[in-house]
Amino acid sequence: MHRILSKERLGPEINRYVIEAPQISRRRKPGQFVIIRLCPEGERIPLTIADADPEEGTLTLVVQAVGKTTWQLADMEEGDEIIDVTGPLGRPTHIERYGTVLCVGGGIGVAPLYPITSALKDAGNEIVCIIGARSADLLIMEKEMESVSDHMLVTTDDGSYGMHGMVTDGIKRIVVEEGRKADFAVAIGPPVMMKFTCLLTGELEIPTMVSLNPIMIDGTGMCGGCRVSVGGKTKFACVDGPEFDGHQVDFDELMKRLSAYRTHEKEAMDRYSECRAETGGGGR
Amino acid sequence: MDSKERLAIPPHPMPEQDPAERVDNVREVPLGYTAETAIAEATRCLQCKTPFCVDGCPVNIDIPGFVQAVEDGDFKKGIRILKKDNLLPAICGRVCPQETQCQLECTVGKARKDQTKSVMIGKLERFLADWEREQGEFEVPRMPPSSGKKVAVIGAGPAGLTLAGDLVRMGHDVTVFEAFHKAGGVLVYGIPEFRLPKSIVQTEVDYLEKLGVEFRYNHVVGKTLTMEKLVEDYDAVFVGTGAGLPKFMRIPGQNLLGVFSANEYLTRANLMKAYEFPRSDTPIFRARKVMTVGGGNVAMDCARTALRLGAQDSLVVYRRSEKEMPARVEEIEHAREEGVQMHLLNNPVRILGDENDWVMGAEIVRMKLGEPDASGRRRPIPIEGSEYVLDVDAVIVAIGNSPNPLIPDTFPDLEVTRWGGIVTNEVTGQTSVRGIFAGGDIVLGAATVILAMSHGRRAAKAIHIYLKTGRWSDLEEAVAVEINQSQTSS
Repeated sequence: MHRILSKERLGPEINRYVIEAPQISRRRKPGQFVIIRLCPEGERIPLTIADADPEEGTLTLVVQAVGKTTWQLADMEEGDEIIDVTGPLGRPTHIERYGTVLCVGGGIGVAPLYPITSALKDAGNEIVCIIGARSADLLIMEKEMESVSDHMLVTTDDGSYGMHGMVTDGIKRIVVEEGRKADFAVAIGPPVMMKFTCLLTGELEIPTMVSLNPIMIDGTGMCGGCRVSVGGKTKFACVDGPEFDGHQVDFDELMKRLSAYRTHEKEAMDRYSECRAETGGGGR
Repeated sequence: MDSKERLAIPPHPMPEQDPAERVDNVREVPLGYTAETAIAEATRCLQCKTPFCVDGCPVNIDIPGFVQAVEDGDFKKGIRILKKDNLLPAICGRVCPQETQCQLECTVGKARKDQTKSVMIGKLERFLADWEREQGEFEVPRMPPSSGKKVAVIGAGPAGLTLAGDLVRMGHDVTVFEAFHKAGGVLVYGIPEFRLPKSIVQTEVDYLEKLGVEFRYNHVVGKTLTMEKLVEDYDAVFVGTGAGLPKFMRIPGQNLLGVFSANEYLTRANLMKAYEFPRSDTPIFRARKVMTVGGGNVAMDCARTALRLGAQDSLVVYRRSEKEMPARVEEIEHAREEGVQMHLLNNPVRILGDENDWVMGAEIVRMKLGEPDASGRRRPIPIEGSEYVLDVDAVIVAIGNSPNPLIPDTFPDLEVTRWGGIVTNEVTGQTSVRGIFAGGDIVLGAATVILAMSHGRRAAKAIHIYLKTGRWSDLEEAVAVEINQSQTSS
């Protein structure tokens, strides 16, 4: 059992949870993920670890409620317990001194980007951070990112905060207009954002690493559900990744595979919403 | 009754759920013997002076002994004899390929010149285990005093469970580390409910807990904790992590929506109970026409699961002929009875997708058999120009797994084969690293539940002697001496 020690709202339907997981917190490195399960009939979902405190024995997860399980988690409160947390899974991020690194985060992807950025900063890199969201209220962890960045640019799709535009517009401004040289880039966010970021960094010839979050069951290489095409070869995101060379990833295939259970997800969500309505929220 | 009379009694088939009915539920297919039928079946045994059946059994169960007890109606004694050599009889009675093991060697079958007419040893084993479970009371054997030695077991599958049960009964302190949230390994994620009810596996796990085995779930060794740590904290370590990465076919279309590995399809359906969706959270794709590729038990499990999930058509495509199919005859028969269509000497060359990349068909080539290959089976050869298209909307790939790379990857001291299996001593299960043993599919590739169990059993014996004597380089000899002694004393 893993107790939720704190729950903090970061935006609409976006919460930051600090949970008890002493063993995992000691072992975890930036870039790794956990698989959680909330109840006996629950599904297993992968979540990238946003931070950890080995001394306190805690993990930080930032989760946006989008489907049944993430909504159920959003309905849980401090003191509630998560029955299963498995990890840390996947390969840790390869950290080295590249020079100047673009750290590009979109939406909820900023959460897993934070520990990687922090590690890259510690390794002596100059960090140029570009984070974006659809609108101001969906922007998360701006302060945390600022604390580990040398330069920072915030974009919103609707112009409600920072630069009006997408993170790719931000990259263009910094690299093309301002002429800042970048030696490496890390991009984490919705697949479509990573796709267009990689198209751009490909043109700009900036090597780019992305972190993928496909559908998984076991997270240990057994089911093969998380397979992605990277450079024409099939890779398992859980054991070969989750990080890959963004210029080699077939994002269109990834997006299609992520949508495979859309009707099921809607059915489960509708059922859960009904149940929430009946119990007045928090319907577990 | 003399042998002639015994030989004249025909075998007692086990009643089964009607095929038309059972494809709509996930309940077990064979329904079990009554006490009367079990006694009648046991009466067919000749109690041979040299029981060849025992040699046919990978764990050498005292088969004449427990069969005699059944004939005598002393089921309590029967289960005691059975459990002496096999702690998990409810499982083995169901999933062991008895027809190629004990029953293949049975004198009754040989006398009748038909091994399908052998004494139904597996069904009697299952009967005793079910009888004990229904009594609701498990006899907990007298436990020896604690040896003070600690053993870590990685993986709660058939090898690990068998080994844990053996070692705890020898007085050792056993902890099992399991990556999933449930114990059983392939018995819970792979083998379907209708072949092995999950409650039976759980009962066996509960029994081990009662004996003092400790289970730690959600522990991925190599990730949550390291091998180094286990080696430091425990006196011996057993690696039974099983078959890992599913094999795919490397043909165009393998990543289309609706193409699953057998592991994924079965894990969703079994461990995660997707057949209850949306009452359970894990969904599964409910296809209309499902093609399973492969000819083993896993392929049969997938094809039969697909029917239970509502498929109108379930096809098995296998590149060789029925004779070469690795699946048990009983499984093939059950699949056929339920309406699974066998497309033998056929092989997919391409999976076809619609405009949204969902599977809409498969291009198949017909095959013929050529000369025998390294496996001794005749090599399948494509017949040029024989390609045709099958209309299917889901494809399940059941062509096997390669060993799980997690532990060898994170602990490179362990010697592995070219295929990624851990190299072990065949008798003792010793690996290249002192104090570490391994067995089951992580060594064998993909084999059977009972073979994994026999690995667990052998490694348990070796670990016991290793813990007692500290011998390593000559452990195999020490084990041989011990086995000889126990044979002469009994």
